[in-house]
Amino acid sequence: MSVLSVRDLEVTYATQAGPIPAVRGVSLDIAKGEVLGLAGESGCGKSSIVNAILRLLPPGTTVSGEVVLNGEDVLTMKPGRLRAVRWTQASVVFQGAMHALNPVQRIGDQLAEAIIIHGQGKPREAMVRVGGLLEQVGLPLRRLRDYPHELSGGQKQRVMIAMALACSPSLIIADEPTTALDVMVQAQVLNLLNELQAEFGLAMLFITHDLSVLVEVCDRMGIMYAGKIVEQGPSVPVFSKPTHPYTEALAAAFPAVGDLRFRKAPSGLGGDPPQPDAIPSGCSFHPRCPYAFDACATTVPDLYGSGEQREAACLLVPKGATISS
Amino acid sequence: MTFQAEGPPVLEVRGLHVSFQGRVGFGAGLAGKKGAIARAVDGVDLELRPGEVLALAGESGCGKTTLARTIMGLERPKQGEIRFEGEPLAKGGKILREYRRRVQIVFQDPTAALNPRQTIYESVAEGLRIHGISNQDGLTEEKLVARALARSGLRPPERLFLTYPHELSGGQRQRVVIAGALVLEPEIIVADEPVSSLDASVRGEILKLLLGLRDDFGIAMLVVTHDLGLAWTIADRVAVMYLGRIVEIGPTEEVLTQPLHPYTKALLEVVPEAGGLARPVLTGEAPDPTRIPEGCRFHPRCPEVVSGVAASAGVEARCRGEDLGLIELRPGHFAACHLAAARRGDAGPSTT
Repeated sequence: MSVLSVRDLEVTYATQAGPIPAVRGVSLDIAKGEVLGLAGESGCGKSSIVNAILRLLPPGTTVSGEVVLNGEDVLTMKPGRLRAVRWTQASVVFQGAMHALNPVQRIGDQLAEAIIIHGQGKPREAMVRVGGLLEQVGLPLRRLRDYPHELSGGQKQRVMIAMALACSPSLIIADEPTTALDVMVQAQVLNLLNELQAEFGLAMLFITHDLSVLVEVCDRMGIMYAGKIVEQGPSVPVFSKPTHPYTEALAAAFPAVGDLRFRKAPSGLGGDPPQPDAIPSGCSFHPRCPYAFDACATTVPDLYGSGEQREAACLLVPKGATISS
Repeated sequence: MTFQAEGPPVLEVRGLHVSFQGRVGFGAGLAGKKGAIARAVDGVDLELRPGEVLALAGESGCGKTTLARTIMGLERPKQGEIRFEGEPLAKGGKILREYRRRVQIVFQDPTAALNPRQTIYESVAEGLRIHGISNQDGLTEEKLVARALARSGLRPPERLFLTYPHELSGGQRQRVVIAGALVLEPEIIVADEPVSSLDASVRGEILKLLLGLRDDFGIAMLVVTHDLGLAWTIADRVAVMYLGRIVEIGPTEEVLTQPLHPYTKALLEVVPEAGGLARPVLTGEAPDPTRIPEGCRFHPRCPEVVSGVAASAGVEARCRGEDLGLIELRPGHFAACHLAAARRGDAGPSTT
């Protein structure tokens, strides 16, 4: 059984200018011990999915569909039950570790707070558990008494990871966990996340715009564009042999060093990602797509099987045309 | 167009040192204590040839941005000199002003670089006004602004004149910043992480634009980046910086596919790639420029020293005790490494 199962999720923000659709029908499943990646550019709706899973969206936002976490629908939970589920069943490692920690509270106290509030231990037991957590994320025990400003960016992100593990959840959502970090530190944090995920058999939803990071840490991944998943499947084939033109363009933005195809030949897409309030008709990618033909402007593509365990929302797929050279 | 390194360098940096005085608390300051001195740039030699794209890579805190800012004349060097077309950079006056027209910078975040209350026209024209250029090539200010915007790929330019930065997308804003640099017809553009704040699908187009400017107008570029993939895509040469000094420099193909310095190798290993997990990662974070280690500045983190390879090659004592400069180990390819020099059978000059 999957730990998280999302069905036909739609998120629409209410703004003064009218409703703005951010997520337009997304379904995904994550099994125990599996890492699913979601990639896409800013504004494609990936963070809205994170917030919808734990119901962190602003009031007035319309959410429809199903978010089933360990057999329970999160969207219909009563507030008390929701509070109990957050952090004990699913926790989040947020993007800016520097802003997510309380600057005037010691690291140890912040970690213990999560454990005590969720009734997983009395203060003394909680501190013992916190010591174990710090060890797991590779920080020395004396850091317990430090304030966030005494830690470097990578160390703060380790504290955030320890906090996400504090109540032994079955699902961890990592929302751009390494974006603000330096390359060397990013590699350390990715290694740590992978070790912990394997050790505890956690299900993980990993969100980033950096496709080269996803292909490294994820078993499967989904590519999002304008609020929809446009391609999904096992990570390595999706990255190396895309079947959707957008995936192809995104993959080319992260060239491998030594790949002669990209030497002195940067490739990108014309145009800009669409505004959520002005999504193009038909296939939302068609105005930027180098392969677009007439039907693309009018027909909304479904996800078609495009290979082993793979799907792509592109009208070229049912025609049997391939884009990867 | 392929690039040929010809002619005298347009920009030369010789023995450049830049340091910053650290701060201390109020009480400690009254007691006469001084903060530690951070040697952000600690002896850099660099040449930029006309029409060349040079990438400057390294971890955050390695001094790459300080070097770029010093080249722009935004920081005062403690020691060393910068020469533009053979002439030393003046400390003020007309010559510095002229230099600042001919060397332009493109910052990382276009949203922060553009004044939100200025129209696009005002932003691009500001450079012309500061330098008192109202008529050039027989073109009026308006025509010059339009030409720069068009060259940056914003067509038709007149449509943008009265818009504000918030009305544009990230990619378009960066094009406006580039237009602001282009309008002064510079010989050199210094680009500090020019695409890292942009969406992935837009990056390629901006890089294409920068390469096109080099091909069409022969503008030399110094691109500061932490992304070796980016360096691979656009640079003719790559310089790798570590703790305020260039530790390896040479043609992109050689430096990135046959690196000589262990630090370059480590940086290449952390570039994410399929199936690349469980690779060796240097321990520790970016080191501290207030406490630069003795000897080779990389030795405390160097995998060759830790694993004992340096010891068995008989250079470990030198790694720990002897500072060294860049040594030409292959034609045009320099590295500052005792081990690489020993393997080539060259003791190499040491600098202190």
